[in-house]
Amino acid sequence: MTTFDLNGRTVSAHSPDDTPLLWVIRDELGLTGTKFGCGIGFCGACTVHVEGRATRSCITPIGAVAGAKVTSIEGLDPQGKHPLQIAWFELQVPQCGYCQPGQIMQAATLLKDFPNPSDRDIDAVMAGSVCRCMTYVRIRKAIKLAAAQMRGGAHE
Amino acid sequence: MKSSSNRDSGTDWKRSRKTRRVLVGSLLAVFLAGVIFFALAWRPSIAPIARPVPASFPADLVAKGEALSAIGHCAACHTAPGGQPFAGGYALHTPFGIIYGDNISPDPETGIGAWSPEAFTRAMREGVARDGSHLLPAFPYYAFTQLSDDDIKALYAYLMTRPAANNTVPANTIPAPLRIRALQEGWKILFFRSAGFRPNPSKSAEWNRGAYLANALSDCSGCHTPRNVLGGEEGGHPYAGWLIEGWIAPALTDTNPSPVPWTQQELFTYLRTGVTPLHGATGSTMALAIRGALDLPVVPDSDVRAISLYFSEMDHASARANNGETATQEALASSSLGSVQEHDPDSDLYAFACMSCHYNRAPTPLAARPELALNSSLSLPEPTNFIQVVLNGVSNTETDNNTEGAAGLVMPAYGSSLTNSEVAHLAAYLRRTRTKLPPWNDLEKKVAAIRREGPAYH
Repeated sequence: MTTFDLNGRTVSAHSPDDTPLLWVIRDELGLTGTKFGCGIGFCGACTVHVEGRATRSCITPIGAVAGAKVTSIEGLDPQGKHPLQIAWFELQVPQCGYCQPGQIMQAATLLKDFPNPSDRDIDAVMAGSVCRCMTYVRIRKAIKLAAAQMRGGAHE
Repeated sequence: MKSSSNRDSGTDWKRSRKTRRVLVGSLLAVFLAGVIFFALAWRPSIAPIARPVPASFPADLVAKGEALSAIGHCAACHTAPGGQPFAGGYALHTPFGIIYGDNISPDPETGIGAWSPEAFTRAMREGVARDGSHLLPAFPYYAFTQLSDDDIKALYAYLMTRPAANNTVPANTIPAPLRIRALQEGWKILFFRSAGFRPNPSKSAEWNRGAYLANALSDCSGCHTPRNVLGGEEGGHPYAGWLIEGWIAPALTDTNPSPVPWTQQELFTYLRTGVTPLHGATGSTMALAIRGALDLPVVPDSDVRAISLYFSEMDHASARANNGETATQEALASSSLGSVQEHDPDSDLYAFACMSCHYNRAPTPLAARPELALNSSLSLPEPTNFIQVVLNGVSNTETDNNTEGAAGLVMPAYGSSLTNSEVAHLAAYLRRTRTKLPPWNDLEKKVAAIRREGPAYH
């Protein structure tokens, strides 16, 4: 049995230690915002935060997060009002929406590390978050919008 | 006929008598050699004592012993995963078999509670247990022999004041003939010289302190110096690096290939925290020498600085200090390679699976973003460490024994995502685009071999 913190609550998973965190979050704990895309850590749809850092849950066994703080898209902001989520809504970023929770979770870490990201920074950090509907242009705009908001409200 | 047969039998009999003499003579010689050898190997048993009363040891002596025990990472080899400290049971994988660390808690039956100070000192200095049996050189008595009397007394005081644990450690898995303890005398004759530490008068006090701690207590050489087939350290190549439990312990001399030199400050940060943005994070058995050891508050900063100075001089780091800045800027410049479409299919592997976490930009790599172009694993002569990390991941959250990597950072394991060929391509790609070093050979074979062996350390 593995105990960890999920979105601020202590939870216990009964799945074996090598079960991917993705399935524990979705199937055992019932939070389905995190998506399965490829299962091999290449598409980013499964991205959650472990100790505040973007991590691919489809290849992270729950044994590795025992005692750690895990955040899924549902827990990014208690009211869903993280600046990224607001920017995503304002610019109507999603098309089908499937990859977007992973995109937002990855972008949150991007902004934590690079509060004023250049295009090169966005290319590099978001390259592994794949969007089949090709909403990349809107994703990039939304990241920059949220970054500006987080830096002090100026629209650039 | 008769005479010839007489002659033949006479000649045969003479020849056979000579043969018999040679045979008997050789057997006698071997027997005598055996008697002499086992006589040399014999050590008296030292009488057991009543377990010393913990309160009989002065507090400051115990505190000194605690600091020394941390620097010497005694708990690392003498504590099983999730077990009571010093109760033994840690499995050390050696080329000769698995050796389990002994119980050195003060339990009179299963630990060293009945060991007098003389017995303890003899074990530390000569590798002989209280009952007179030889200790296996997995226990680095050949290093501890250089410890001062005061330090040995302090360690004794510290160990005797720990909680006793009744724990019988599993037998080692060394094959039968080598297991005979008396044969260790042979190893000692070949490789062990009992000697005190000799300071170098031309070096500073800080350097000498570092040399003493590294060689007499931490036994850095135990993992970082190559060994011969009999398990003795190879003469003439101190600190030239070695392969231990499936991972490379890098060279600590100026042949160390890290692009940023190991200055005293870099080493201090690394040995104190287990991470430096300009080199990477600790993993495998090195983590045990740092986490719960050198990183403990009880270890004085000055001692870690001394060890750092000792090795920074061995690495000739200050002579190459400028290279560090150049290497860092070049690393940051190459950090986004692969994020835009290139004609290199291997770059896609990296861009999709790795870059989101490993990308850095000027002015400096972030601690939470391990910069691969500066990472030791990419610059080593063999891809072993790189392959281990990619296949098995790195986790440092709160689970027992997850002491690798940077605190709170999890690197997932790609072993079940990537084929051997893909790992090989990834390794080759990073080696060729992030370093200026010659390509690694036989990558796919090496990935397959490491995958087959499994993560030995875990």
